[in-house]
Amino acid sequence: MSKELNIKLYKKLYLIRRIEEKICEYYPEDEMKTPMHMSMGEEAIVVGVCQALNNHDQIFTTYRSHAAFLAKTQETDYFFAEMYAKDTSPLKGKGGSMHLCSPENGFMGTSAIVAAHIPVAVGCSFANKYQKNNKVVVVFFGDGAVDEGNFWESINLACLMKLPIIFVCEDNGLAVHTHSFQRRGYDSISQIISKFNCRVVESNSTDVEEIYNLSRDAINSSRAEFKPCFMNFKYYRYLEHVGVNYDFDAGYRSKDEFDEWRKKDPVIFQYNKLLSLNVSSIEIKKIEEGINKKIEGSLLKAKKASFSEVGELYRGVL
Amino acid sequence: MRKITYCDALREAMIQEMERDAGVFVYGIGVPDHKAVFGSTRGIAEKFGRSRCFDTPLSEDAMTGFGLGAALNGMRPIHVHIRIDFMLLAFNQIVNMISSYKYSSAGQLKVPMVIRAIIGRGWGQGFQHSKSMYAVFAHIPGLKVVLPTTAYDAKGLLISAIRDDSPVIFIEHRWLYWQEGDVPQEPYTIPLGTGNIIREGQDITIVATSWMNVEATKAADILSKHGISVEIVDPRTISPLNDELIIKSVEKTGHCIVADNDWVFCGLSAEIAARVSAKCFGKLKAPVERIGFAQTPCPTARHLENEFYPNAIKIIRLVEKMLNLDPIDLSKEEFYSHEKKFKGPF
Repeated sequence: MSKELNIKLYKKLYLIRRIEEKICEYYPEDEMKTPMHMSMGEEAIVVGVCQALNNHDQIFTTYRSHAAFLAKTQETDYFFAEMYAKDTSPLKGKGGSMHLCSPENGFMGTSAIVAAHIPVAVGCSFANKYQKNNKVVVVFFGDGAVDEGNFWESINLACLMKLPIIFVCEDNGLAVHTHSFQRRGYDSISQIISKFNCRVVESNSTDVEEIYNLSRDAINSSRAEFKPCFMNFKYYRYLEHVGVNYDFDAGYRSKDEFDEWRKKDPVIFQYNKLLSLNVSSIEIKKIEEGINKKIEGSLLKAKKASFSEVGELYRGVL
Repeated sequence: MRKITYCDALREAMIQEMERDAGVFVYGIGVPDHKAVFGSTRGIAEKFGRSRCFDTPLSEDAMTGFGLGAALNGMRPIHVHIRIDFMLLAFNQIVNMISSYKYSSAGQLKVPMVIRAIIGRGWGQGFQHSKSMYAVFAHIPGLKVVLPTTAYDAKGLLISAIRDDSPVIFIEHRWLYWQEGDVPQEPYTIPLGTGNIIREGQDITIVATSWMNVEATKAADILSKHGISVEIVDPRTISPLNDELIIKSVEKTGHCIVADNDWVFCGLSAEIAARVSAKCFGKLKAPVERIGFAQTPCPTARHLENEFYPNAIKIIRLVEKMLNLDPIDLSKEEFYSHEKKFKGPF
């Protein structure tokens, strides 16, 4: 177990969690006018997977994109500037929370139409293979996306074309408020995907290092063998589908489930792992303070910046 | 000059662009098979290999997103649909993804992709193999929509579309495939967003799209024998729509018919009529008239299908009404049909 790696992973987990806590704190001010689909609970998946990627590798994700964006890019200034729709954001407020994009960091975009980004990721992967540039594409999606035709068309295509692409299902068992058992005429998605010509990996771990190890193996072999891989990671969505609040009073799920998952919260789990690796709580606190400072700085900068100019509306349509 | 067909002009444009740029590839259902999408992709797989010219699963939506992804990584895909009706399965990718990708990335990414789709009638193709739909695509910001009419346009506009950094919907009428026209051997471009005067005239302007240029030309030939001089303007690109030629023409003639190869209601003809009415107000001698598909699904039976489609006769009758002419005897005239093909030239 590498101490250095685990510190790195903790830093990313903490950054993402703390940023989202800040969003929860500031969102009621109503200055971030963009619907928030929060990542809380899934941090270990994106951090583990993205840690296994090279900088030039490419990812696509969904409207629930905060964690993946931060894990891949670490761009906190960019992130908050876009949440506040400020001129300092490269996106100038055209994307918002649901449509972040940073191609120079390999963050190729998102879709708020469930599964619509999956074939786009497959096309990117095709181009990478054609251009022989050794890049791997990872596409993240929720288990709701598996209900969509686009998912099945895409996995078939990637297997047919033997592409270096990883399909990562962030499986929280919910499509908005509808449980997977209410949507599926089968029991195990992994079992079905295993009939395709691809690798299948399954885990319900919240241990970021374990997810990193699984991902590293999957990504390396996909890169080397031009073979897609499907990874199914279970997690628990802490907050409501959209918004910054808990919704256990809504009746579609129980708080008991949350309490169970909370026991293995990915950030706390990793914190405890650092302690077990003889990183002192003082050292951890120092790391956290550095990150807090960075976040605070990015947030204040974004709040102070001016909005992008109105003429931006017409720019870049064609 | 050398004469080739519209179909071969399309084929030549793709081949020459594939020779020029290794990032250009062509794909779609049936593209490399022995029928080669009515011949328009014939020999391309043999020449460039199956990595650059390939068949696909019957997954129109995903295959469209696939093209978007390849374009984001710097390639120039050409996706082909043998009927535009099949493209509706890809509406999500076209409208929710492709049209807005460049905009939503604030220009960090571009989408140099062409979607070729064939429109038009056979005999009895029925309501799922006969649509035009191009006004629907033109309605969406972020897409360019091109309708080549002549063989010369087919090559020059397709090369421009392939080289363009925006997504281009490129719509080809099946009945235009047989016509021959002067087409230079060497590659050339026609800028997207430029119209063409198909025929000069003084008395009335017909703005025609795609196949309707053939019908309008036939109508103009007949009307000229009766002393009526028709000017035909083909916008060629309907999004972005450059209306300069149209406005200039109507300012001269004072009369305008929009003959569209699509449904009239909420269609391109409404956009053009609105612009002409606004910009030529005071110079118009009569209200702008429109002609297009009947507001029904397309029926299969020939006699119903004939009633569904606009044609030269309907144009002539409308011109007579607008110019207060006596009805011309058309009983001895011959018109184009599925059997009596238009072979050009314009």
